[in-house]
Amino acid sequence: MQTHILKHSVYLKSGYSIVGPLEGKGPLKDYFDYIIKDDTMKEKTFEKSERKLLQHIILGAIDKAGLSVRDIDLFIGGDLLNQIVSSSFTARELELPFVGLYSACATMTESLAIASLFIELGIAKHIVAGTCTHFSSAERQYRFPLELGNQRPPTAQWTITGGGASIITNEKSKIKIYAVTFGKVIDFGITDVNNMGAAMAPAAADTIKTHLKNTNHSTKDYDMILTGDLGKLGSEILIDLLEHENIILGKNYADCGCMIFDKTERVFMGGSGAGCSASVLNSYVLHKMLKGDFKRVLIVSTGALMSTTTSQQGDTIPGIAHAVELVLDTASEKDKNTQSSNKKKIITRSKTTKIIKKERQND
Amino acid sequence: MDKNKRNVNYNLYVESKVPKTKAWPSLVKAFILGGIICAIGQGFFDLYTYLFPSLTESEVSTCMLMSIIFITCFLTGLGVYDIIGAWGGAGSVIPITGFSNSISSPAIEFKKEGIIYGICVKMFTIAGPVIVCGVVGSIVCGFIGLFM
Repeated sequence: MQTHILKHSVYLKSGYSIVGPLEGKGPLKDYFDYIIKDDTMKEKTFEKSERKLLQHIILGAIDKAGLSVRDIDLFIGGDLLNQIVSSSFTARELELPFVGLYSACATMTESLAIASLFIELGIAKHIVAGTCTHFSSAERQYRFPLELGNQRPPTAQWTITGGGASIITNEKSKIKIYAVTFGKVIDFGITDVNNMGAAMAPAAADTIKTHLKNTNHSTKDYDMILTGDLGKLGSEILIDLLEHENIILGKNYADCGCMIFDKTERVFMGGSGAGCSASVLNSYVLHKMLKGDFKRVLIVSTGALMSTTTSQQGDTIPGIAHAVELVLDTASEKDKNTQSSNKKKIITRSKTTKIIKKERQND
Repeated sequence: MDKNKRNVNYNLYVESKVPKTKAWPSLVKAFILGGIICAIGQGFFDLYTYLFPSLTESEVSTCMLMSIIFITCFLTGLGVYDIIGAWGGAGSVIPITGFSNSISSPAIEFKKEGIIYGICVKMFTIAGPVIVCGVVGSIVCGFIGLFM
């Protein structure tokens, strides 16, 4: 079974997001928790900056949930760099038990889905799931040196600097994780590495179709259906592909990559990267859900599973997409007991707050 | 078999959806930028002929090329040349400035891995093929010239 409808209550307690300066000028700027002004983060290399960024995100998420690092049973996450160094090095710094994942840009929902199942099985109590990307470290690994004066094709996308993390828990809270779908790896024979949207759209279509079928929902049941980073072209293709299957994506459909940047910015088809869906989910989506504007949201992060070696050897680009369905749990709003227990924990969280404040002062 | 057909159809469909690069604006921009770079080169050429009358024409052109290469490296280091290149496209690539930028930009980028494994190894990752083609081409031409 690809879709797991969670029987026990699994909640998304809180989310935290940080983005870079360019993303911080975009339409979602008011929703992000923190916008960094200097994307080097005062580190000597961009790989180190990415690591530091993820560390801030994880600590921020833990802090926002009113927990301390000691309360976290597991950190599930990944990133785009080779051997997922940013995540594992972050786990080293924070001394957290770590499960590392790689699903390219679909890492956010993959970690959310696995974290939810861990909670469902009663293996852990609090799990932090998160990921981030950095434009400059991704460019160096996947494309050209930053200072090379080359032109990008119109189908290119812009890897965002930023990311987000969520705390998944069995403690009652407003946002409930209703179901998760693990996607199949789907390859429709696209070889152009500058056209990721087209490579990933079939995977997104398959995952959405499977999720809707297994949960007996239609697209109209959702206040928002979000894909990760298909970009402008990719989302148009997705709409067409689903139309063939008689699934109509209406106005409630959007793509995180298209949402994060302004039309005026030189980002071609839109944003991409694991941090793209992570930052939009943990800022805009959670904010709208907590406000009550969205009651049921389907988030489908999409990833392209190629490496620079495979694409140079002429292999096609396989795509993957994982779906997580979030539901606003209205019953829990009345539950005051959880609120009082939260208050107690806020007093004990001072340690993480101090670390973050110190780091920010240094910035 | 069915999958192959599906993939071919999908690729055709995607191709029809992909926005095309507009040729004329790119050509005009490349023409303007390439022209400006060549005009600057000619300026240096005239300047050096005026300043050092004892130099031969080939020596003056070597000096001019060195100046252009230096300016490009300098602009690359300042982080300006990538913006120029993104605007002008081939106009910035065809003159020697493109070659200079393609060597200096990986050198800057990979400096963090050290002098030998970073700068020396990675310096020619982009310009390397150009050099190889140049050398092979000159060998072939040399042989042809030998028997002509």
